[in-house]
Amino acid sequence: MVQKLDTLVETPSQTAGPYVHIGLMPSYCGNAGAYEQEIGLSPIEDGAAGEVIEIVGQVIDGTGWALRDAMIESWQADAAGKYPGQPGADPKVSGHCRFGADAETGEFTLRTIKPGPTPTRSGGQQAPHIALWIVARGINIGLQTRIYFEDEDNSADPLLARIEQRPRVDTLIARKTGDGTYRFDIRLQGDKETVFLDV
Amino acid sequence: MTDQGPLIPRNRAAHPVAYDIDYKTSVPRSPKWALLSYDSSITEETGPVYGHNVLGALDNNLILNWTKGAAPAVGERILMHGRVVDENNRPVPNTLVEIWQANAGGRYRHMKDTYFAPLDPNFGGCGRTITDDNGYYEFLTIRPGAYPWPNRANDWRPMHIHISVFGSAFGQRLITQMYFEGDPLIDLCPIAATIKSRSQLDRLVAPLDMAHSKPMDYLAYKFDIVLRGRRQTMFENKLEGM
Repeated sequence: MVQKLDTLVETPSQTAGPYVHIGLMPSYCGNAGAYEQEIGLSPIEDGAAGEVIEIVGQVIDGTGWALRDAMIESWQADAAGKYPGQPGADPKVSGHCRFGADAETGEFTLRTIKPGPTPTRSGGQQAPHIALWIVARGINIGLQTRIYFEDEDNSADPLLARIEQRPRVDTLIARKTGDGTYRFDIRLQGDKETVFLDV
Repeated sequence: MTDQGPLIPRNRAAHPVAYDIDYKTSVPRSPKWALLSYDSSITEETGPVYGHNVLGALDNNLILNWTKGAAPAVGERILMHGRVVDENNRPVPNTLVEIWQANAGGRYRHMKDTYFAPLDPNFGGCGRTITDDNGYYEFLTIRPGAYPWPNRANDWRPMHIHISVFGSAFGQRLITQMYFEGDPLIDLCPIAATIKSRSQLDRLVAPLDMAHSKPMDYLAYKFDIVLRGRRQTMFENKLEGM
């Protein structure tokens, strides 16, 4: 026997299941009023600095079917690249949002402000992006990915640079569909499978 | 904000597999290609913070919160309690813990649940609280019932409570399920079986905790949660390659 380590092992994940909304988005599943103040309804308040944008998409399974029961959380910096809680961060930006795939169409909408670039430990910069965490029935551990923007300079982003197969970079880039609107689909399988992160 | 160090990379062997033929919905919903491994950045090392200002007085009491205290839910009354710590065994204080569950008959209050066990008019099925300075949390609730679900021809979920925890960093985000000591359905459950390490699955089974039960009122079950920790050595903050 060797000495015992002082570190613990992380608690294992389990699927959020089909009824995740009961706990995390009560008003989505007809339980409005369960909490006086539901959290994660919007990542911004009126008056948040920056360009207001709307990102629409679907979470699509390996058969091409859009999930109707997926729940997504987003986390992002403010327009100046400061995360909520950092000194000088925009008090109108909570940075966190919860949104569900529509029960009829499977489409989700994230309305937020476009984040600014954020610093790396080694003095570089990450291109503007929004972190996503996707949970649903059939997903045994939350899937991490990121939304980048096609109208931003992504050339020096260190995470995107790590993707060996360059066409796969496109799976992380939201396509502009209009003034302040973007499309971002998440594909769980197939040759256009989204790059998911272990980060 | 001082640099608390990068997150300890996730030990994926401690977690369920993404693809498991016996859990049929995972078949089309599990990514097939390798995850992109990457050292955590400020994006994953920061995270949303929710404080006591969002909580209502009965949010952690599922027996009473649906009726705003007017009438108690039906079921075996239990205290679910434990600590949230990180991999360095440090408490995770002031973090939001959210739970949801079926009622005593195994029915969820959700538009998609059509199981014929009746809804309890006095039970909503969700609760939330914030850990104290030592990472401790507690909920008063009822023991949820087991229920059948469409998977293989006759699959039943063991009694379980879903738990969502934030931690202080978005990269620590975790959803899991608490099972109950002695439930024979655990060993038959294809969702529990997505965790291939028996010792890891055992960590999701809450023991009966008589010392924290209250005579003539409720039983207690203890459920501790470990979130990812941070790498913290004096060599961690040096410039890359130096």
